[in-house]
Amino acid sequence: MKKLFISIFAVLSLVAYSLFYRNQTPKVSPNLSAKSIQTPTKTLPAQSQPTQSASITSTPLLPTTPLTKALSSLYKDGSYTGDTVDAYYGNVQVQITVTRGKISDVQFLQYPNDRSTSVYINSQAMPDLKQEAIQDQNANVDIISGATFTSQAFVQSLISAIDKAKG
Amino acid sequence: MKQTRLLMGMPITVEIVDSKANEKYLNLVYDYFGYIDRKFSTYKDDSEISKINKKILREDEYSRDMQTILKLCAQTKKETNGYFDILHNGILDPSGLVKGWSIHKAANLLKENGFKNFYIDAGGDIEVSGKNKLGNPWSVGIRNPFQKDQIVKVILISNKGVATSGTSIRGQHIYNPYKKDQDLNKIISLTIIGPNVYEADRFATAAFAMQEEGIKFIENLPDFEGYMIDIKGIATYTSNFEKYIAQDKPEK
Repeated sequence: MKKLFISIFAVLSLVAYSLFYRNQTPKVSPNLSAKSIQTPTKTLPAQSQPTQSASITSTPLLPTTPLTKALSSLYKDGSYTGDTVDAYYGNVQVQITVTRGKISDVQFLQYPNDRSTSVYINSQAMPDLKQEAIQDQNANVDIISGATFTSQAFVQSLISAIDKAKG
Repeated sequence: MKQTRLLMGMPITVEIVDSKANEKYLNLVYDYFGYIDRKFSTYKDDSEISKINKKILREDEYSRDMQTILKLCAQTKKETNGYFDILHNGILDPSGLVKGWSIHKAANLLKENGFKNFYIDAGGDIEVSGKNKLGNPWSVGIRNPFQKDQIVKVILISNKGVATSGTSIRGQHIYNPYKKDQDLNKIISLTIIGPNVYEADRFATAAFAMQEEGIKFIENLPDFEGYMIDIKGIATYTSNFEKYIAQDKPEK
């Protein structure tokens, strides 16, 4: 079960990470990937090919279909705001920008943030704190503590924004 | 026996070592979290907290659990110099306290049923009781906020609560579009060990909001230890944190 738990989160974090950094490529949802396979064009990213570096011409796997507007018509240009998703310590909400049919930007409108910072914290005697650089422990443990909630909320909010962009 | 279910928008894992454990007791715990979610979720229109925010409920109609939570929130606000505040934009949102409180109550449910060795982990906030299946204290890893598959510290605890407050998003260079000139916050993760998860969680939330000052706040709090990680990957920890650090790394 532990492994399942860890892998669910590994996958979620990976998805969130890759969604954000691949915002230039529209291949972000299962729906979309299916669509891109049906209507391959020269603008397709290299994911459907054996290697990232292979160019279209050297890999005749894709039929030489003329350029279509199939991909660009998937998303309508504009900005779309995703749902606000409860991440328990706060809300997560993203906004995507679609330019020429592609997701060109993902921004956070809300994410778990500082609470009230207007209150002055009493000055206290400098305590005896210690410091170290963090280091991978390469250890097996019973339980893991960490703030993992945001990636899940991020994915939910992003999916709702993408749905809106499909019009 | 051990099980993980998705509830309240997060995975909740319960492991009971005691031999009389069975599905019935796991259900008891999960049903309790279901009840908490129905009552306190600000995302459910018919939850009690939503009715309060919509001013449908009068104060004398609040349930006992709601009264308890609101009282604890007020108390925590006072104890944290106002940093713990459940009122945001006119809406009451006690979820920052409800999570730890409900894990602690669920752990008490198991204790009332005679269980001594178990843990409950709800989205990385944990209450442990007794020993693990090898008869050792429970080992808890603190997740590396920059590298999710890594653990940067292993602590060994029995009968304690651990909570981590933070945001992984900060570490990925994402900024607030409405405050573009604002610096990224310096602190990205703060783990607190406390007498139980309710105490650990509420102080983790408040101390995280205090940023660099948060670890000093924890240092001055008896029975609490903290491990804070900043944006540069430097950890600052309280003077007695070391007594929980595992000396021999558990083997992989």
